[in-house]
Amino acid sequence: MEITFREKKWELKGNITARDAIKKIGLEPEAVLVVVNGELKTDDALLKEEDQVKLIAVISGGAG
Amino acid sequence: MHCRKCKLNAVINMRHHKLALCGEHYADWFVAQTERAIEKYKMFTRDEPVLVAVSGGKDSLALWEVLLKLGYRADAMYMGLGINDGVPYSDQSLEKTLKFAEPFGTVVVNGKVTTQSSRNAETPALASGASVASQTAPAITHTPTLHLIDIPDTYGKTIPEIAREKTRGHGKPCAACGLTKRYVMNRLAAERGYAALATGHNLDDEVAVLMQNTLRWQTGFLARQAPVLPAMSNRFARKVKPFVRFYERETAAYALVRGIDYIYDECPHAVGNLTNFYKTLLNQLEAHSPGTKLSFYLEFLRARRDGLFTQFNEAGSLHECESCGQPTSAPGRCAFCRMWDIGADRADAPLLAADIPLAADLNGG
Repeated sequence: MEITFREKKWELKGNITARDAIKKIGLEPEAVLVVVNGELKTDDALLKEEDQVKLIAVISGGAG
Repeated sequence: MHCRKCKLNAVINMRHHKLALCGEHYADWFVAQTERAIEKYKMFTRDEPVLVAVSGGKDSLALWEVLLKLGYRADAMYMGLGINDGVPYSDQSLEKTLKFAEPFGTVVVNGKVTTQSSRNAETPALASGASVASQTAPAITHTPTLHLIDIPDTYGKTIPEIAREKTRGHGKPCAACGLTKRYVMNRLAAERGYAALATGHNLDDEVAVLMQNTLRWQTGFLARQAPVLPAMSNRFARKVKPFVRFYERETAAYALVRGIDYIYDECPHAVGNLTNFYKTLLNQLEAHSPGTKLSFYLEFLRARRDGLFTQFNEAGSLHECESCGQPTSAPGRCAFCRMWDIGADRADAPLLAADIPLAADLNGG
């Protein structure tokens, strides 16, 4: 599956939970939300090869 | 994982509450928890006009949306800081804010109305779309107003410019930015008749500051950290934080569920700052031991309520700035007037609130 976070992209193989995928690419699961194929999911969601996964930083925005 | 209430797929699992919810039930829960916090900490009532400080970020836009959904008389203010060096961050923030507000609100730029909404326009709180607790949403009783205050237009310089000029903040404009925002927000809220100034601070914001202050035993700061800071005079607005019990991931999830288009990026000057470093550390603790952040904060509030920090509250030492009259602990001019070179002889110092309508006029009394 393809995982994007900000400007970065990763390609991971095999079925894997979102939480494990987040750890595998070196991020902290508490610090991101997982959007799979456009839907917000909990991090126990099992990711499939064809999934488009977007990670959204929890810390964000707001200065003006 | 399934929603505890309806068994649909959950969109969020809050380990510290042992609660997983689907989008619809999460939005309902979030709104109800906000109202509970407002009532628990006696922040404001539905009869009082409230000014929400918005920035285009998830927390502040979600806060304005939720307050309107709950039927509060909530207006908002956005401050243009001129942070456009490198990345057009302020421009993007303003764009998100206007996109959110224009369909239902009146936009007032530096005191002048530029966009007049129809009173019948749907607020985001009542618009159709993602899960909405509209069955219980009361009618909107006023046309929400968005005040835009442009700092470069008002004071002649952007925040990065004034920070460079004054060499405040060790090469970062955050200190100048914080000082300016606190001053302008307070002044607008206090002088234009708002009962409270509401900010979108979430629990992660609060525990990061709490951790910093605890590690340095900044007892004066600890004494003043609370969900509500009362108005100590008619020049000091009541400060309230209705999202203070939500984790940052919860406010982000709410914004996503509700389809609020917010600015994802951090302020370029905030990247790598100390607060974010502490947030990262606290998230590592949270991952190891769910509930750590919540208990750290709630136990601090309990200790504070029990008087642990009362002796360190220095509120009594405030006096009026000889230039602008705002409360300050500094001798002579306040830190804001000193930074912006607003002198005691300058009676026409930018009185940003002078042309801005009173809350009572905007809200029909």
